[in-house]
Formats: sequence, structure tokens, C-alpha cells
Amino acid sequence: MQNDRLTSASERGPLGPRSRRVLPSWVSTMVLLLPTYGWLTLAVFLPLLTMFVFSFMSATPMGKAPIVFTLKQYRAFIDQPYLVGIGINSLLIGFWTTLFCAVLGFLAAVALVQSTLGKTREILLILILLPFWTNGLVRVFSWTMVLRENGFLDNLLHMIAPDAGSIGFLYTRYAIVVGLVHGYLPYMILTCYIALVAIDDAIIEAASSLGARWWTILFKILVPLAAPGLISGSVLIFIPVIGSFMEPRILGGRVGVTMGTVIEDQFTQAFNWPLGASLSFTLLAVVLAIFATFSGVLRRGTAV
Amino acid sequence: MKPLGRIYLVAILIFLYTPILVMMAMGFNASPLYELPFSFSLQWYEALWSNTVLLTAGLNSIVIAAITAVLATALGTMASVALSRRTFRGRSFLQLMLLPPIAIPWLITGTAMLIFFYWSGIGRGMHALLIGHVALAIPYVVLVVGTGFRTIRADLEEAAMSLGSTPVHAFFSVTLPLLYPSILGAALFAFAVSLDQFVISYFLATPGYTTLPVQIYSSIRKGFTPEINAISTVLLLGSMTVILIFARFAKPGDTRDKR
Repeated sequence: MQNDRLTSASERGPLGPRSRRVLPSWVSTMVLLLPTYGWLTLAVFLPLLTMFVFSFMSATPMGKAPIVFTLKQYRAFIDQPYLVGIGINSLLIGFWTTLFCAVLGFLAAVALVQSTLGKTREILLILILLPFWTNGLVRVFSWTMVLRENGFLDNLLHMIAPDAGSIGFLYTRYAIVVGLVHGYLPYMILTCYIALVAIDDAIIEAASSLGARWWTILFKILVPLAAPGLISGSVLIFIPVIGSFMEPRILGGRVGVTMGTVIEDQFTQAFNWPLGASLSFTLLAVVLAIFATFSGVLRRGTAV
Repeated sequence: MKPLGRIYLVAILIFLYTPILVMMAMGFNASPLYELPFSFSLQWYEALWSNTVLLTAGLNSIVIAAITAVLATALGTMASVALSRRTFRGRSFLQLMLLPPIAIPWLITGTAMLIFFYWSGIGRGMHALLIGHVALAIPYVVLVVGTGFRTIRADLEEAAMSLGSTPVHAFFSVTLPLLYPSILGAALFAFAVSLDQFVISYFLATPGYTTLPVQIYSSIRKGFTPEINAISTVLLLGSMTVILIFARFAKPGDTRDKR
């Protein structure tokens, strides 16, 4: 038990008249931790384990058909080549969303640090982060009002050019990316901002007094020093985006077929749970590989 | 550079808020097909008032969020006490184990829950939703309360104990009052996480027991009217209010020592 000890005074044993019977500290540590980790086991870890087992089954164990354990679900990408195209589509949507978020978000963070101060900055930060903590589904839905034919965007255009056609692009891949960028941009602004405020102003002043132009300052100082923020923001955006399904469904219509929607279909339409499970686990493998690659940067990012 | 930066920030805010404001405005537009020009009408809010399906789903969401807030805050705060104030073997592993509910895409967690709850006989419905929502909220509670712990000095509690207080008494009379804003903030945060949760709920809800986001999603897919804008507006304003109150209480980023 020498490893389980309180860091506080109680390790020095009973102190004073009011401490009667003191439990060994490892017992109370266990009591404090058990409910949380028991709950997480029931709700997250056991389900993931069960899904792993299901991914090797030949069919959903609901009917009378005998269940055989097989690797065929993991061969889906070979047996059903169209899945490869869908996988690439998901990765491309993830790539473009992350890229737009990185560029727009990094510049916004630079603008926050360089152009605002005190109360103004605080209010702007809250305004930027506020939508992030509201319902993502409703925000995606709201883009249909803007992008649809004869929607807000078209009406705006017709105020300037009454004879112009429709520029609404709902039910395209662009619409999906716009909706996703809208959803995750605040996150990138936050991670870049946290990295940028840590940079000493004196470095930038020194550079500019020595004649550095703004692009030199941007690419030689700000980007390298804010790289941890950019990378952790990118990882934490790319991962949920490749697993997204409601954004492609609502904004993509018929072209919105991604890994996310295929997995959703296996559970809600096709009732092929083993295939859904194996696709989910393939996705999870990608997610874990990304986390493993960037774990060093992410740990430094969260240790702030 | 300064004015350019400010113009850019305003552009970002316009990008972030335009769709939301358009969506909200359309809830007050008389046309059922979202046609312009705009003519003000409260008819969709009146229709909402008699739409028992949406109202029931909304009530379910609030009940689930409230229970989630209480349970997740209680469990998460307990875990946070152990993780912040004690050293033991496996602590960093346990901290790492808080990440999967946040970091793994909800689609994967949600479908895994669906399989496990079906297979184990737990089933779907309100209790399944609660199991899922509490699990998603706990990591946030541990993080928020853990940040609170970092701002209070451990030696205050030690001082109380060296003066004869029991560890439990010292915790409740010294640490808890100092931690109170963080705990309240964590509870609000858990409430908001549950209120806005869609993906997990989508897989665990039953036709007889849904939450508001699930009901909104099925309405969007089946063909919708401005009633959906009306209820969405109420939902957005509700969660924005909760988050703004949270920001006042927990002061995220405020690490000044409360001594």
C-alpha cells in the first residue's frame, strides 16, 4: 500500500482528538474513484468491447440464423469497392474542413491578440465561442435557410443584381464543408489563441524594429511558435469531422454519402450491425493512429 | 494592422452568426415555405404551443439534462478530489481514461452503446439515455472541478486537519465552499452538454421516448415547417443562457489564486 497515500496531512496519522477512526487512504481513494470509472466502464468501455466482438460476427444476432465468427466484415473495403470512394470522400471533407478552419482560425486568433485588448477581447472571445456550445444540429439546420435556392444568400444577391440566377449551393460537397467549418472554427480560434497569447510581445517588437515585414513576422515567428495550437486544433477538428453524419445528411442530400452516413445506415436502415461495427472500428483505428502520431503535441497543448 | 484585424474579426462574427440569425428570423416569418419578403407573424410559436410531440420531447430533454447535471457533478467531483489531491499508482492512466468519451467520435460511442445495451438487455429509452449522457458529461466535470482545485491551496485543508478537523469535515467546511463556484459551473456545463447532445441520443432514443434534438432531426428529414425554427430558437437561446451563466461562474481561463 506504500503507493497509495494521501499527499495531505492525514498520512501523518490521526491528528488531534476529533480524528477517530481513519480509513486507510487507498480505501477512500477507491471509494471516490469507483463510481466514475464504474459508470464509464458500463457506458463506454464495455460497449466498445462488445462492438469489437460484434465486428467479427457473420450476421446481426437477432434472427434464427446461426452466428459464425469471421473476418469478412473487415474485408468490406475489398468486397465492396464503392466504400473506398466513400472513405476518400470522408477524408477529403475532413482535409478541406481542417484546412479552412486552420487558415481562418489562425488569422482570427492573430487578430484577437494583435488588435484587441482587455474587455473588448474578452467579449469577442465569448461571442466567438458561444455558438460552439450550442446545438450543432440546429446550426447545421440554419445553413439550409441560407444556402437553399431562393434562400438568404440568393435574396442578398438579388438585392444587388435582380436578374442574377441562383447561387445557392445546398446539397453539394461545398455546403457540407461550409457547415462543418462553421461548426468547428471556434475551436481552432481558441487553440491558436491560447498558443499565441503565450508569445512575448517583445519578440515581435524586436523583429519589426529590426525591419522584419509582416509576412516575415507571420511565417517566421507566429506560425512556428503557435504550431502546437494549430496542430492540436487540427487534430481535434479532423477527428470528429471524419465521423460526422448529420452534416452530410442535412447539407449534402444525395451527394452527402460519407463513412459516417454509411455507418449510421448499418444501424438504422440496413440492420447489418456487424458491418457497422467493423466500419466503426476501422474509423476508430484511424482516430487512434492520429492521436498516437500527435500525442506529444496534444499533451503539451493540454498541460497549459 | 489594427483596423484590418478588427474588420476581419467582425467578418468572422458575421460568418458565425448570420445563419443562426436567419434561422431565428424565419421562425417569425408568416410563409410556411420560408418565402420572402418577410412578414412578421407569431403563428409558428402559437402552433408550437399545441405541438405536444415537440413539447414532450423538449420536456424530456430538460429532465434528462437536469438529472445528468446532478449525477455527473456528484460523481465527477468525487473523482476530481482523488485525481487532484492524491497521488497513487495508475493516476495518469485514469486521467487518460477520461478522454475516450470526449475524443472518440460520438457516432462510434453511440453505436457501441446501442449494441451493448441491446445485447445486455439494458435496452433503449430514458435510462439508456441517462447512462450515455452522464458518461459524456463526467470528463468535463472532472476537468472543470480539477481546474478549480488548482486555484485553491492544499495547505488550507491541511491546516484545518492539523487543528483537529477530520479529513471529511475539513473537506466539507474548507475545500467545498472554496470549490463551490467550480462545482456549480461544472453542473451548468454538464446540463448544457446533455441538452445539446444529439448523436448518442439518436441511437438510444425510442419512438416513445425522444429528446428535442432527436425530434428536430427527424422533422428536418421528413420535411419541416417554421415551427422547427421556433423550437430551435428556444433551444439555442436556452443553451446560450446556460453557457453565459457558466462563463460568469467558472471564469474559464481565470487561474488567479483565490487566497
